[in-house]
Amino acid sequence: MGICDESGALMSGEEPILAMAVQRDRGNGLGGGFAGYGIYPEFPDHFCFHMMYHDLKAKEEAEAILDQHFLIEVAEPMPTRPVKGITDAPLLWRYFMTPHAHLLEEREVTAEDYVVSVVMLVNARVDGAFVASSGKNMGAFKGVGYPEEIGHYFRLEEYAGHTWVGHNRFPTNTPGWWGGAHPFTLLDWSIVHNGEISSYGINSRYLEQFGYTCSLGTDTEVAAYLFDLLLRRHKLPLELACKALAPALWTEIDRMDPEQAALMSSLRAVYGPGMLNGPFAIVLGFNGGMVALNDRIKLRPLVAARSGSKLMVASEESAIRTIMPEPDDVWMPKAGEPVIARVKGMDLPFHSQLHASPAEISCAVTAVETACEIEEVAV
Amino acid sequence: MQQTFVQPEFRVKIDYDKCHKCGRCVQQCGWGVYDFNERPIPHDEKCRACHRCVTYCPAHCITIEKNTLAFRDNDNWSTDARKAVWKQAETGGVLLTSMGNPRPYERIFDKLVLDACQVTNPSIDPLREPMELRTYLGRKSDSVAVEPNGTGGFKLAGSTGLERNVKLDTPIIFAPMSYGSVSLNVHRSLAMAAERCGILMNTGEGGLHEDLYPYQDNVIVQVASGRFGVSPEYLQRGAAIEIKIGQGAKPGIGGHLPGEKIDREVSSTRMIPQGSDAISPAPHHDIYSIEDLRQLIYALKEASGYKTVGVKIAAVHNVAAIASGIVRAGADYIYLDGFKGGTGAAPQVIRDHIGIPIEIALAAVDQRLRDEGIRNQTSIIAAGSIRSSADAAKAIALGADVVAIGTATLLALGCHLCQSCHTGKCSWGITTQKPELTRRIDPEWGAERLTNLIHAWSHELQEILGALGVNAVESLRGSRERLRSVGLDEQTCRILGVKPAGL
Ligand code: SF4
Ligand code: SF4
Ligand code: SF4
Repeated sequence: MGICDESGALMSGEEPILAMAVQRDRGNGLGGGFAGYGIYPEFPDHFCFHMMYHDLKAKEEAEAILDQHFLIEVAEPMPTRPVKGITDAPLLWRYFMTPHAHLLEEREVTAEDYVVSVVMLVNARVDGAFVASSGKNMGAFKGVGYPEEIGHYFRLEEYAGHTWVGHNRFPTNTPGWWGGAHPFTLLDWSIVHNGEISSYGINSRYLEQFGYTCSLGTDTEVAAYLFDLLLRRHKLPLELACKALAPALWTEIDRMDPEQAALMSSLRAVYGPGMLNGPFAIVLGFNGGMVALNDRIKLRPLVAARSGSKLMVASEESAIRTIMPEPDDVWMPKAGEPVIARVKGMDLPFHSQLHASPAEISCAVTAVETACEIEEVAV
Repeated sequence: MQQTFVQPEFRVKIDYDKCHKCGRCVQQCGWGVYDFNERPIPHDEKCRACHRCVTYCPAHCITIEKNTLAFRDNDNWSTDARKAVWKQAETGGVLLTSMGNPRPYERIFDKLVLDACQVTNPSIDPLREPMELRTYLGRKSDSVAVEPNGTGGFKLAGSTGLERNVKLDTPIIFAPMSYGSVSLNVHRSLAMAAERCGILMNTGEGGLHEDLYPYQDNVIVQVASGRFGVSPEYLQRGAAIEIKIGQGAKPGIGGHLPGEKIDREVSSTRMIPQGSDAISPAPHHDIYSIEDLRQLIYALKEASGYKTVGVKIAAVHNVAAIASGIVRAGADYIYLDGFKGGTGAAPQVIRDHIGIPIEIALAAVDQRLRDEGIRNQTSIIAAGSIRSSADAAKAIALGADVVAIGTATLLALGCHLCQSCHTGKCSWGITTQKPELTRRIDPEWGAERLTNLIHAWSHELQEILGALGVNAVESLRGSRERLRSVGLDEQTCRILGVKPAGL
């Protein structure tokens, strides 16, 4: 589920909770989560880390690393309330921080690269600590439980954001644990994903060539790295990155005008190993909007609707009708056609020639090579 | 003259009660097995078990049996080993043979199984959903550069990156078999079928007969160490050019076409004198290093206006390192030929004991190119005993872009794998130049059978993709996660990058 108010107006976290609650039977209580954007207006330029700790020792170790790398403005427990059905919650803390300027300078990296390396470091080094989110003016709230339980546990109704994504999990391949719930995030990015990618084997081998290690073994991780590769490293515009991941059929390409056919053939031939094949509906949230993408023959449900300046996507229309009872428009996005929402006045965190230069871009997984090194040390 | 110790391998049995005494068997047998004296009299020792006479006997009264002479058991000295010694003691020569390695090496493809989808990721119905097999053979760029097209969309910034690619409707092409080793009618059948299937045939090292010019867009023209038939025009005509370095059936040695097979047509196509043996040197005499190969690749590109240029090599121990060098030397594709690949003629000792299996070579090369980050810069063709669509699917999962089939195409045209192509007397009219035999293949009939074969395998590939829950062949290519081994040792599994079943 994803909802975005393109005018930039803020919605209470109650709305995504309600949207997820009506889709309760799409999960089994083993994972639910949300990410909200624009929720920390008082700290718009601070990196906000949402942390999960299994014990105090993990907290101490992780905080030592954070302290070493950042100027910590605020460190506080996540506000939560007891909720029936939520047990075994880890220690949940959040931090608003800025990177130490001298370290940034020393390492000659962008703030984003720097943050990613710290995220990877904490996840790999500290047993029992997990970074749930690490972007600016955004945060992920996730855990083991039904999404509405998780939402209430985190008192989401007290937050207001212009963009929300939500997820209800029915784990099949990997066990349910707090860190493993969706959304999968890094920096400003969050991904929620309904489905299973049958091309996982070749997608991950393809990513390995570019230095990514798919250590979690989940489809969501693969999707996130592919977006990173296409958007950040290969500088494709968002629309075309989506076309590379869920390309048109050859019969459709053959009918396009020559310029478009050449572009699409090239995308398919070059990015064939990255094509996400199999059933999926993905919502990618970021500071500035969201994009929803369905697989190329629409094996998973995805409904979209617009009501005024609000754009919403969900697996079921019931979720949409809960939030917007009488939408202006409801439609089934075509297979492989991205639905893109852009908040007015906000820069897209993607670049093409139309947008910013690579160094100024803030999006996910900016230092995969470093991440791999850290993991080797940890082993 | 001394009596030979080598007894006939087969017994030709005729049920004379049923025999019409029509003499057709006499006329059908390319090896002159039969005399006719009121009834057909077979000379067993000449029989190759090609089943031509069996197939065409109107009375169905011929059977070919194994000559089951008892030998004293000896696991060390097989009957074949004893016979080989007797033959060589009699002749003093190298034992010649043909077709692929028949020895009982492990068949790795048969110990690999494919995956299928259930519930969480559904299988896809190929009868109702699109199932794409289209493949581009050649070098791809590493990324796609785009720019605004002025109307709110995007267009390619620069070239498509697919100039040096050949479009294939299905990832199966015909393996190189030269005109000379096979008949012109076989070449015509292959060329017509390649055109109808949207794929490629390959001239092998024997040049391109002018009857095939109309099909030139579906032909790979080969440049081998003998340079037979190579001219600027020849290079211009091909859809792609292939430098043949090695052949899986006989790594390290060149082709040998006996003078008897060089008739007027073969002679003019190969540009060599009629009746002279056509012996390719073992190496290219202008390639003694990777730099030399690079120069040849670029010379051919210059001469052809920058067509797709590939390099065919035999699968041997250090194939991965060689392949990496070849990609860096500028080859747009690599053709890997495993040690079970066929041949029109080869010394038996070479065919049976040199080279490595295609499964291993393919896995090693694909992984090496990925490790070096240059996999996108080339396509891999895998060949050397692809016997079915299942083999093709497994090869693709191991990392092949395309598979090439040779023996299977000849089987489609009637070949019964009698391993006697080098005699030039093929009863089926395939590996011979005798006009009375070659006319047994009607190109139209041959093309239809080959087209059927390619279509059948392509449909089966689509079924497999559907079961795997993907709808485009690029999602299977290199996806070793979709393979499991049943009964392969750990080391082999590791080299193949395949887990054992159950994991
Ligand atoms: S072809 Fe058959 S029927 Fe005719 S002569 Fe030979 S064995 Fe007899
Ligand atoms: S060689 Fe072939 S055609 Fe000749 S007798 Fe044997 S099986 Fe029949
Ligand atoms: S092509 Fe002819 S000679 Fe060669 S194996 Fe096949 S049937 Fe025998």
